[in-house]
Amino acid sequence: MNLIKLSWKYLTFRPLSTGLNILLLALGLAIMTVLILIQDQFEKKVTTDAKGIDLVVGAKGSPLQLILSSVYHVDFPTGNIPMEEAQKLAKNRLVKGVVPLALGDNFKGFRIVGTNYDYLKIYESLPKSGSLWEYPFDVVLGAEVALQTGLVVGDSFTGSHGISVGSHDHDQHDYKVVGILEQKGNVLDRLVLTSIESVWLTHDESEQETDSLSNASSLISVNHEKFHQKVAQTGFPVSDQPREITSLLIQYRNPMAAIQLPRMINSRTTMQAASPSYEMARLFELLGVGVSLLQGLAIVLLGISGIGIFIALYNSLKERKYDLAILRAIGASRFQLFFLVFLEGIMLTFIGALIGILLGHIFLQILVNQNDSGVVAAFESWVFLKEELWLVIYALSVGLLASMIPAFSAYKTDISKQLTRG
Amino acid sequence: MLLSSKNLSVTHPGQKKLGFPDFELEKGESLLVLGNSGSGKTTLLNLISGLLKPHTGSVLLDGVDLNALSLQEMDHFRGSEIGIVFQKPHLIAAISVKENLQIAKSFSRKEGQNVDSLLAALGLESKTNSSINTLSEGEAQRVSIARALVNSPKLILADETTSSLDDENTSRVIQLLKNQAENIGAALIIVTHDQRVKAHISNFIEVKSA
Repeated sequence: MNLIKLSWKYLTFRPLSTGLNILLLALGLAIMTVLILIQDQFEKKVTTDAKGIDLVVGAKGSPLQLILSSVYHVDFPTGNIPMEEAQKLAKNRLVKGVVPLALGDNFKGFRIVGTNYDYLKIYESLPKSGSLWEYPFDVVLGAEVALQTGLVVGDSFTGSHGISVGSHDHDQHDYKVVGILEQKGNVLDRLVLTSIESVWLTHDESEQETDSLSNASSLISVNHEKFHQKVAQTGFPVSDQPREITSLLIQYRNPMAAIQLPRMINSRTTMQAASPSYEMARLFELLGVGVSLLQGLAIVLLGISGIGIFIALYNSLKERKYDLAILRAIGASRFQLFFLVFLEGIMLTFIGALIGILLGHIFLQILVNQNDSGVVAAFESWVFLKEELWLVIYALSVGLLASMIPAFSAYKTDISKQLTRG
Repeated sequence: MLLSSKNLSVTHPGQKKLGFPDFELEKGESLLVLGNSGSGKTTLLNLISGLLKPHTGSVLLDGVDLNALSLQEMDHFRGSEIGIVFQKPHLIAAISVKENLQIAKSFSRKEGQNVDSLLAALGLESKTNSSINTLSEGEAQRVSIARALVNSPKLILADETTSSLDDENTSRVIQLLKNQAENIGAALIIVTHDQRVKAHISNFIEVKSA
């Protein structure tokens, strides 16, 4: 039996008070842990997913929406842009490279993105199994999509219209899985990639359904020839009619482009240009208010728990004055009594900190489980950051402060007076 | 001489000086300190145990002048060489019977007695791991005696230990304390207003308030 064990026994002797104080502290720390984890992973994801993309060009509307839908694939696109106009822009001397994107469908909530091989080059991603798409309706699955849907190379599936779950199926033609990408921890993990031609043909067939049956039969036969033609691996697909794409990812040729290109696109074309870095900085600024509020709430909770620990220790000290006097009488020094009470505060906050951090990770895991295909779904809940160590230190400081006065009071216990009172 | 007290006096704020008679004790000897309530018996006990510093006089235990010890040295010395039995058992309820003795041992620099053997000697072998709240009054008192003895102290002090006991239990407790003191070669001082104890210990001094 030593002081550490005695402190622990005192804590467990009043389980309700101890439990409530730990819970209060743990909740405050859990909120802080979730915020730290989300902020860290969100920032990393945002940076990783936008790496190599200087500018996004799409239909006029909200620039943030354009970035979210075309870079992070979490919002609805602002509309479509004429491919002809996009092709003209690609030839601009300030443009080093372009990647066209065509959105519109999903499979079980995972977006089907029509693009070319250059999109994979941005993320330095290669197929882990199978190969890249060569013909219309060939698809390559992101690693997370393959994992969650259980699809393997050679399987087929029917895509659904729209970019979220619950839309009607495009049952005219199935997609065929020809490859699965390696897991890179970026946006590609949650996408189904195919050629732009696949997206066009799918929607052509949908439109034909609404036409008269006699016209449809002749058009379908024309389209079926296109199913067996190889798709464009780079640049824009060849088309014999005016086509649209959803957006264009642009890489600048030189720093001057950052100044001239967005202004030129926004003022002289029917399209809009948005910079991922600028828009995400703006988003962080907006989110920052909410994060600050939550952080404030967590700090208030920690403050309350600190006061709670102080009150609990102080009250228990009043009940234990005679115990402390007895301990002195049987040989404990004043410093040992100080240490005894101090240890209780430290143990309480240390346990609270550990439970709080664990709760934070569990909360994040629950959030991840509830999101199948969004950005949150890609978060890793069991990654531990060094900032969490600071949370433990912060909690211990709260415990240290809260136990200081009760510990000093124990230190100053007038042993003979206390024993005389009996 | 194991224990001697000379010219002890203390002055509480706003009160007259309180003086105490001198006494000397050998190993295994017992002394009864008698006096009415408020006469200063417990103050004398606090002086002998080093819980209070006297204004005058000295207490020597096995050649050690208690007044010469620093506060921390006195705490260690008390933990090792002085065992105190209080009027009420005042055991620590958060820990078991055995742990109450173990914590007392942890404050001592001496080997002391084996906790299990001591509890068995006092008829408490079945209560070793019991919670304090489950003990009867008599059992709790025996545990508090065991706690005072566990470090084999040179001096055992008992404060009003029998005041709430009937004759039979008074006799049993006094005999137990005497036997244990003799066994470990300690001096025993019992502070009480209970005149019945005189039947068991003939050597006594009386404390009277001035």
